[in-house]
Amino acid sequence: MPEVLKAPLVVEFPFTRSLGPVQSAFLTGLRERVVLGVRTGDGRTLVPPVEYDPVTAEEIRDLVEVAPTGTVTTWAWNHEPRRGQPLDTPFAWVLVRLDGADTGLLHALDAPGPDAVHTGMRVRIRWAGERSGAITDIACFEPYDGDPSEPTGQGHDGRFEDMVTGIVAPARLDYVYSPGRAQSAYINALAEQRTVGERCPSCRKVYVPPRGACPTCGVATSEQVEVGPGGTVTTYCIVNIKAKNLDIEVPYVYAHIALDGADLALHGRIGGIPYDQVRMGLRVEPVWTEGGRYPEHYRPTGEPDADYEMYKELL
Amino acid sequence: MTREIAVVAFAQTDHRRTSDEHSEVEMLIPVLHDVLDQTGLKTSDIGFTCSGSTDYLAGRAFSFTMALDGVGAWPPISESHVEMDGAWALYEAWTKLLTGDADTALVYGYGKSSPGSVRDVLTRQLDPYYLAPLWPDSVALAALQAQALIDAGETDEPALAGVASRSRASASANSHAQLRGSVAQGDYVVRPLRTGDCPPIGDGAAAVILAAGERARELCERPAWIRGIDHRIEAHSLGVRDLTDSPSTRLAAERAGAFERPVDTAELHAPFTSQEVVLRKSLRLGDEVSVNPSGGALAANPVMATGLIRIGEAAARIHRGESDRALAHATSGPCLQQNLVAVLEGDAR
Repeated sequence: MPEVLKAPLVVEFPFTRSLGPVQSAFLTGLRERVVLGVRTGDGRTLVPPVEYDPVTAEEIRDLVEVAPTGTVTTWAWNHEPRRGQPLDTPFAWVLVRLDGADTGLLHALDAPGPDAVHTGMRVRIRWAGERSGAITDIACFEPYDGDPSEPTGQGHDGRFEDMVTGIVAPARLDYVYSPGRAQSAYINALAEQRTVGERCPSCRKVYVPPRGACPTCGVATSEQVEVGPGGTVTTYCIVNIKAKNLDIEVPYVYAHIALDGADLALHGRIGGIPYDQVRMGLRVEPVWTEGGRYPEHYRPTGEPDADYEMYKELL
Repeated sequence: MTREIAVVAFAQTDHRRTSDEHSEVEMLIPVLHDVLDQTGLKTSDIGFTCSGSTDYLAGRAFSFTMALDGVGAWPPISESHVEMDGAWALYEAWTKLLTGDADTALVYGYGKSSPGSVRDVLTRQLDPYYLAPLWPDSVALAALQAQALIDAGETDEPALAGVASRSRASASANSHAQLRGSVAQGDYVVRPLRTGDCPPIGDGAAAVILAAGERARELCERPAWIRGIDHRIEAHSLGVRDLTDSPSTRLAAERAGAFERPVDTAELHAPFTSQEVVLRKSLRLGDEVSVNPSGGALAANPVMATGLIRIGEAAARIHRGESDRALAHATSGPCLQQNLVAVLEGDAR
């Protein structure tokens, strides 16, 4: 079996979220170096605050200010920080119950080593130099042996100037994508300017591109069949909007093309003919560019159009 | 309850660190055909199909639609998908069979962790306001729970190492497992958890067939009857929960009838050694219960199939006559946030 194809695949997106009244107050508060919790029906103070009581599901909005100092309730030493984590030097993950709160806030603790960390130790917030209204406005926690700082437990109206109403949390995940056996064979054949499908052992249909399974019969496919190079336009559309980073003049035609010998149409761009002269039944062939790993477009062969009866099952 | 529903067949892949040579559907097809062959059913005989997987492992939107090529979805079938472990797909299929709309169901779960970094991928299931921006990975969160257990005197590092070595030793008899036999406890990944306390990262798939009433007896010599199944969730925020306990597991078990009579087998979805400590306590499992005879998630952890495999392994022991009443547990989310418990029984012998 030829070498399995692999390619880097990066999924990256700005995760944009709006905030409700409680989260808006909390995150704006962090920007102003004020930590707010929310009081539940049974009198507990939750930090970080939520909009609904985790026990009763009642809406809660009664904000209270808690201290920037607190106690570690559990911890874990992270000797190899990963991308995106709060510190790039070894640190402890901690749950911290801030003074005045009844629940733990997850964050990082900057400490010299695991021997310097224990459950019950006293810590305080180290604020980020530049704060925007996000959980990362807390740069991390640091060991603290002073008194609990005031105020704690004071009611707060949650109002600040210029409230933060949304966050953007960028996310990025890195993958190495492998298309698997069937699609690797298809892509490798394309590099030799051949188009290869796979025949279903049960219904005998030839699928292009092959995915290793017959979607109708639900059985594995493995028998390779070379199809094309000629094919028939089964249906098409005219594209009038230029895609970003795509160097093709509009309007152009995008078509479903049933390659000769294939039982499934694949899609491609039609060139070499004015866009308004493309039609169902038009006979086309692939055009390869130097070093291209797939047909750059398809152009008319000049043959007479295919009869509708010949391709109607492939629409 | 008006209908009796049973697991009548179970199959799984050989779970491996990577499976580059197979796409998801190529990995899945042998498993689907295995359960169909066990029952003699064809894809067209299946009344309902339900799957569990996640786009974040695949790095693609609607990735489950590609896997549908493996189930023969033409002419159109009755099908559903959960963006969760296949155990929750099984729960949906069980409810579908209870309604009487179908007599048989095909349930599968699959995941390839090898293309990405599963520790980072799982951070994206955390709340996007307070947690996800800090990128706390799955091992880090489990380590916080482990330390809480150690502080509470519920376990210690040697005891956790014992869970690890017992699991991998049990897996010696499981040809599908990824880690088997003697496995070094290794260095800290995130202290107090060492390599040995963490699950292997790997790719795999599993499938089961459910059938109702007499249909189950036709398809399987000793069906594994689902006597009860329930799933519960607790607060997402770790700081709100008591990490040394799992009240959602206990409640699910109670509603599934687990405490009505003792079980002889428990297949627990505990990817980390410390989580087995929590689950044993929540489920009141004594030493007389055979826990994870398959090796459990510490021996193979194909994310999105691991929970379904627990149900499948429990059922397979009943099929083979090695168990009469088994408990299966599946989890999802950080530090056992969501928990499903099923109680399975074989007919009296």
